[in-house]
Amino acid sequence: MIELKNISLRQGQFILSDVHWQIPSGSYSVLMGSSGSGKSTLVEIICGLRKPSHGQIIFNGNDVTHWRPAQRQVGYVPQDRALFPGITVRHQIAFGLVLRKVPDREINIRVNELSDVLHMDHLLDRLPEKLSGGEAQRVALARALAPSPTLICLDEPLSALDHDLHDEMCHLLKKVHAYAGITVLHITHSRYEAQRLSTHTFRISGGMVAPYQLGSAS
Amino acid sequence: MVFIGWEMNHNLPYLCSKMVPSNFNKPTSPLTVKAEWPFILGMALIAGSYVLLLALMVLAQISFFSPTEMARVFGNPDIQFSIKLTLLSCTISALLSVWVAVPVGYLMSRFTFRGKGVVDAILDIPIVLPPLIVGCCLLILFNYPPFAWLSDQVVFEWPAVVLAQFVVACAFAVRAMRVSFDQIPTRYEDVALTLGCHRGQAFWRVVLPQARPGILAALTLAWARSLGEFGPILVFAGSTHQRTEVLSTSFFLEMQSGNLRGMVAVSLMMIFCAVVVLSLARIFGLRRVDL
Repeated sequence: MIELKNISLRQGQFILSDVHWQIPSGSYSVLMGSSGSGKSTLVEIICGLRKPSHGQIIFNGNDVTHWRPAQRQVGYVPQDRALFPGITVRHQIAFGLVLRKVPDREINIRVNELSDVLHMDHLLDRLPEKLSGGEAQRVALARALAPSPTLICLDEPLSALDHDLHDEMCHLLKKVHAYAGITVLHITHSRYEAQRLSTHTFRISGGMVAPYQLGSAS
Repeated sequence: MVFIGWEMNHNLPYLCSKMVPSNFNKPTSPLTVKAEWPFILGMALIAGSYVLLLALMVLAQISFFSPTEMARVFGNPDIQFSIKLTLLSCTISALLSVWVAVPVGYLMSRFTFRGKGVVDAILDIPIVLPPLIVGCCLLILFNYPPFAWLSDQVVFEWPAVVLAQFVVACAFAVRAMRVSFDQIPTRYEDVALTLGCHRGQAFWRVVLPQARPGILAALTLAWARSLGEFGPILVFAGSTHQRTEVLSTSFFLEMQSGNLRGMVAVSLMMIFCAVVVLSLARIFGLRRVDL
């Protein structure tokens, strides 16, 4: 269980006030909300990239509020993917494992396993500059999954993809969730994505997060 | 809770028709499209004039080129020493500048802190101050401890040449590095932090490789500024033959002795050095950085 208790943040005009939120372990949770409502900020707080002015973040019973991002075991896929320029896909995926001094043999096994699941064997020796939007998204996902995080945060992962790729990636995300068995936090504007992927849906509005009941697809 | 999205509002076309002012669809008179060439020509005239002025300046120097005078000037042991000292001091000051500019540029680009505006203004002092004043400030500074303890080894000696060049060149290198770091989104560091890096590792593994063109730009800029530095060197290091004489001060000494062809020979040597450095920088990718 990932739990946010009384999380508050004030940044200029933007305010998150007293956010209480529980993300069930193993769930595919989708957080919806309008632009500027604080979805990405909340994800950055969970990842440890931004400090809340008040409140606690609990990961499976541990208070991680003051833990560094590296200690939290959270995978993060930002909206722009942020693939490191000039590094091949193979090394992008291996990045987190190299930092943990995992032996080369195990790194190769893990990279091959992920590239197999995400259908990207043919991309391993390419540079990020040579990847399409969908390919870059898969690489960013593999890179975040490689160190086996307990939670993976996807910040609008499908917003820049065309319709066909969008459907393909939805399918792939479902597959990855089932395969890795980890908690996924997916941020989106799209009800369609939420309906296709979520096991739990939340909505942020006015600086508060609440469970959200999806209606039928329009 | 009910979600109300724009796609669910079936009355939208009706509402929109009510909101449209009555003269909304009234045709307007067509725009007269003017030719683009006067604009382009105007810009090209201004740009062309400046480029022509620069080219003519160099050509004028070359027209004064005299092989015998060149041989005389460069056969002079004092000038030979000044060429060596120039190349050495410019290289040392450029390397020192980049070594300082990388952390300063990174901190100024990534962090917000109280008094940042003041620090920013201090960093610009060598750029806005007249060069002679920079030399004067250094000279006065070395009257006070702890600098005064090193005064005999530095002031009017070759380290003063390097220090005078460094103080000015570093300010330009800091600007170049700051622009370079500003152009690298912080998102890369964020992802690296979540993957297991501490901030230092994120800097070395992710940020610095991307800043390589910026480092090269800063190095080139610092080298070129050091080459052209004259005022602070004259005040702080003097222009003593075989001790603190660099090409810019050699030029000054030739001018004082009224030797026009000697001045031209020294200046051509400086132009040659500047062209070589800029060409090398272009070859190694300076074009990728917008300063």
